[in-house]
Amino acid sequence: MPEPANPTGPAPAMTPTPPTRAAGGVGTPPLGTGGVGSSPARPDAEAKVNGAFDYASDLSFPGMLWGHTLRSPHPRARIRSIDTTAAQAIPGVEAVLTAADVPGKLHYGLIEDDQPVLSLGEVNYQGEPVAIVAAGSLDVARRAAELIEVDYELLEPRCDPEDALEAGSFFRYQPVRLGDPDAQVPAAVVAREYVVGMQDQAPLGPESGAAVPTADGGVELYVATQWVHSDLEQIAPCLGLEPDRIHIAIAGIGGAFGAREDLSVQVHMAMLALATGRPVKMMYDRAESFVGHVHRHPARMRYEHAADADGKLLYVKARIVLDGGAYASTTEAVVGNAASLAVGPYEVEHVSVDAWGARTNNPPCGAMRGFGGVQTCFAYESQMDALAEALGLSPVEFRRRNAVAQGSKLITGQIVDAYDPERADDGRPFSPLADMLGRFKEIPVPAVPAGRDIVDLPGGTGNTTHGEGVRRGVGYGVGLKNVCYSEGFDDYSTASVRVERVDGQTVAFVHTAAAEVGQGHWSLQAQIARTELGVDRVELLPNDTKAGSAGSSSASRQSYMTGGAVKAACEAVRELLRDRDLADGPVEATRVFRHRETKPMDPVTGQGESHVQLALCVHRATVDVDIELGLVKVVDLTCVQDVGKIMNPAALEGQIHGGTAQGLGLAVMEEMITEQGRVRNASFTDYLIPTILDMPPMRLRIVENADPEAPYGLRGAGEPPTLSSTPAIVAAIRDATGLALTQIPVRPEHLTAHLGRQP
Amino acid sequence: MKVEMRIDGEAAVADVDRPGESLLSTLRDRLGLYGTKNACEQGECGSCTVLLDGDPVCSCLVATAQCEGREVKTVVGAVPRPVRDAFIACGAVQCGFCTPGLLVSVADLLAREGDPRDPVIREALAGNLCRCTGYEKIIDAVHAAAEAMADEAHRAPARSRAAGSTEETP
Repeated sequence: MPEPANPTGPAPAMTPTPPTRAAGGVGTPPLGTGGVGSSPARPDAEAKVNGAFDYASDLSFPGMLWGHTLRSPHPRARIRSIDTTAAQAIPGVEAVLTAADVPGKLHYGLIEDDQPVLSLGEVNYQGEPVAIVAAGSLDVARRAAELIEVDYELLEPRCDPEDALEAGSFFRYQPVRLGDPDAQVPAAVVAREYVVGMQDQAPLGPESGAAVPTADGGVELYVATQWVHSDLEQIAPCLGLEPDRIHIAIAGIGGAFGAREDLSVQVHMAMLALATGRPVKMMYDRAESFVGHVHRHPARMRYEHAADADGKLLYVKARIVLDGGAYASTTEAVVGNAASLAVGPYEVEHVSVDAWGARTNNPPCGAMRGFGGVQTCFAYESQMDALAEALGLSPVEFRRRNAVAQGSKLITGQIVDAYDPERADDGRPFSPLADMLGRFKEIPVPAVPAGRDIVDLPGGTGNTTHGEGVRRGVGYGVGLKNVCYSEGFDDYSTASVRVERVDGQTVAFVHTAAAEVGQGHWSLQAQIARTELGVDRVELLPNDTKAGSAGSSSASRQSYMTGGAVKAACEAVRELLRDRDLADGPVEATRVFRHRETKPMDPVTGQGESHVQLALCVHRATVDVDIELGLVKVVDLTCVQDVGKIMNPAALEGQIHGGTAQGLGLAVMEEMITEQGRVRNASFTDYLIPTILDMPPMRLRIVENADPEAPYGLRGAGEPPTLSSTPAIVAAIRDATGLALTQIPVRPEHLTAHLGRQP
Repeated sequence: MKVEMRIDGEAAVADVDRPGESLLSTLRDRLGLYGTKNACEQGECGSCTVLLDGDPVCSCLVATAQCEGREVKTVVGAVPRPVRDAFIACGAVQCGFCTPGLLVSVADLLAREGDPRDPVIREALAGNLCRCTGYEKIIDAVHAAAEAMADEAHRAPARSRAAGSTEETP
C-alpha cells in the first residue's frame, strides 16, 4: 500500500471541506421549491459524482504520518511481554505505543467502559488492538508492526454462548412476562429453534480519519463517525484531555449501517498525533475493517407459538440468546430490543420471553441496521407462517387476525397510540398492519415469463439449468422496529439556524452535528429550512463538536430528531423575525429537540413504555429455486411500508431499497464465519454482499399514517425494511421447497441436504 | 522507475519505487488524485474502476509499471455529463463511495451500447458493489442517462461522436 511520494512536500486538499461546498451550487432548487415532500438534488451529490467529495480516507495534511494497528491473532491469550525495540529501530518510524503509553483512562465504550484502548495484558478476541505505530508511510508502519514482538500465552477461548451463560458471563438478561402461558389450552402449537449468522455492515468506505495536534496541546480529529459527541465523551478521558481541547469534525462518510457507532481509529490516531506532534492518518484495509468494527449479533432462538381454534395467538414463549462477543458495545440495548420486540406487531396476552446477550471470545457485536429487531423478526415471522399452516390459514389471513391496532398493547404493555384514534375500519380500531397486508391484493405476484433467458434463472450465466428443477415460491414478512432511543435514554438533538442577507439573497445557515452517512440527511435539513423559512438559499455548516449533540445517525432517528431540531430552530427564527428586520443583522436561534419520555423495562417482567415510536414494514418475496442444486434467485420484492410522512421521495425509496438489499444479504448469503473465535472470511472475496445481479426489481407502496407526535407526522424509515425482507425471502424459499429452513443465511447445502448422496 | 501516463487527458509522471505498486495506489497516494476510491484492494468491489486505454479495469489489480505510455481515465475524465446528472436526478447516489467506480462502468457500458436493457445493465455493473441503494435507482439512472445522451445525439449529431469519446471536465 501507499507511500506518499514526498511526505513532507505539498499535499493536496489540506483541509477537509465542509459539506456546504455544493449546497449553494447545483443543490439549490428554484425559490419556492425543494421543500419538505420533494426530492431536490442532494447538496453532496455534485461532489460525489465528480470525485471531489472528501471522504475520511481522502484526507491529507502536510507532514502527515500514517498510523497502523497491531492486532492480536489469538481470540484469547495473556500477554507475557511486548518488545518494540526492533520496530522502533526502523527508519521512518516515529512512534510505537502500547497500553503503557495511554495518557488517560485505559478503557472506553459506548454504554459500558470495558474495552481497552490497547490490550492490558490479555486479549479477548482475535483482532483486539495491542500496539500502534506511526511512520512516514503506511508500508513502513505495517512493517514495523510486524516486528513488534508479543509473547502470548494462549488460553482456551470461550466461543459457545451457551457455555458463557452457564458460567454467568453475559452483558444483560431481560425477561418479559405477561399472563400465564402455561395455563392455556391451545388448538395448535409450533416449537422450533432458529439460528441467525453474524452479519457485517460492510460499508464500502473503510474506517478512516486523521488527527492533527494543535498549538495548545490539544488535538483536532477528522473522522467518519455516526455520533461525534459520543466519540468526544469517550476519547477525551482516554487522552487525559479536557473535552474543550479536542475538536472533532465529521469527515466524509462512506456508509455506516451501525459500524461507525463504536470507536475505531479515533483514540489511536490521536495518541500517535500527540506523541509525535504531527498529523497522523489511519485507514483500515478491508481485512482489518472486518475485525475493526462490531457486527450484528448472531443468535440462537427457541420459539413456541400457540393459537386457539379461531386463529388467534394464545401464547408465545421464546428463549433468545445473542452472542455479544468479547466487549459490551451496545449489546445491552440490543438485548432490550430483542426482548421487547420478540413477538412483533401481534396481539398476544400470554408471553414468556428470556433474552440474553452472552459474553464470549468471539468478535464483539453491537449496532447494525435493525439493532436487535432483525434476529427475532426472522424467528417470529417463521413461527407465524408455521402456525398459519398448522391452522390451515393463509399467512396473510393469520397475520391479519392477530395484527396490532390503535389501542393494542405490545408484550411490554406499551400501548400502540401512534395512529388516528378516530379512524375505524369495519367498526374496529384502525390496524395499520391489517391495512398494509390488504394492499398486496392490488399488486399481483409476477407471472413466470414464457421463454426465460438463463440469466433470469437461479445460477444465471453459470448455465446450470434451463428451467428444469426450478420451483417458484412466494412468502411474506412483517417487521416492527422501534424508532429513536428507548428505555429511558435522554435522547435529544440540537440545531442552530441563522438567517442573514448575503449578496442580496436571504440565506439560512444550518449547523448541527448530525452525521450524513449517505441517507440524505443534509438534503432533509435543507428541505426543512426552505419549507419553514422560504429562504433563497440554505448553507449547511460542517458537522462538528462546535454544534450541540445531535445524537447518533442510527435507530432510524435523524429525520425525527435532528429534523425536529432544525424545524424547531427555524420556527424560533421565524418568531424572532416578526419584530426584527434582516437589514439590521442576522437572526439566529438554537433549539434542543427531545422526543417523549420513555421508561426502562422492568427487570423482572419487562413491562414498560420503553419505545418512542414504532414503524412497520411488510415484504412479499417471490423466488425461483433450483431444488436440485440449491440455488436461489429472488425475482421480486414488493414492499409496503408506513412512513407517516414522505419527506423526500427519492431518499426514502433509496432507504427502502437499500434496507431491503441488506435483508436479502442476510437471507441468502451474508455471514461472518468464525471457528473457535477466528474470523475465516474477512474479505469481499469470501464475505458476499448482494451485487446488482442478486437484487430483483423492487416495487414499493408507501403508506402515510401520520404519527401525531412526530415532526411532520414522519416515522423513521431506514431500518424496518431490513427486518422484513429477510423472513419474506426465507418464507418464499420454504414455499418453493417445502423445507423448514430455520437457519440464515440459507445456503445451497440447506436446500439439498435432504436429497442425500446421489449415485 | 518513472512511469509516464496520460491521466484524464493530462500528462503525468509517477516515480514508482516499488515494482508491484498498483495504479490505484499511484493515483491516490503518489499523485493525490483521490477521486478513485479504495474499498477492498482485491478486485471485488469495483470502487476503483478506471478506463485503461478505454477498457474498464480495477485499478487495484493493475501494476503502475504496466501503464507506461497508456491512457488512464478516472471518474474525473471518463464520465459524460448526462451520466453524472442522471445519477443525481435519479437518487442513485447515497454515501457515494461506490459512485466513481460505477460512473466509469456506466460510461463504458453506454459507449458500447446506447440503450441497454436491464439484464445488460445488470451484467455490465455486476462488478461494482453498492451497499446503500439496492441498485434500483442506479438502473433508473442508466436508463435516464441513455435517454439524455440519445436526445443530445439527436439534437447535435455532429457533437455526438465527441460525446461518445467521453471527454469531460467537471
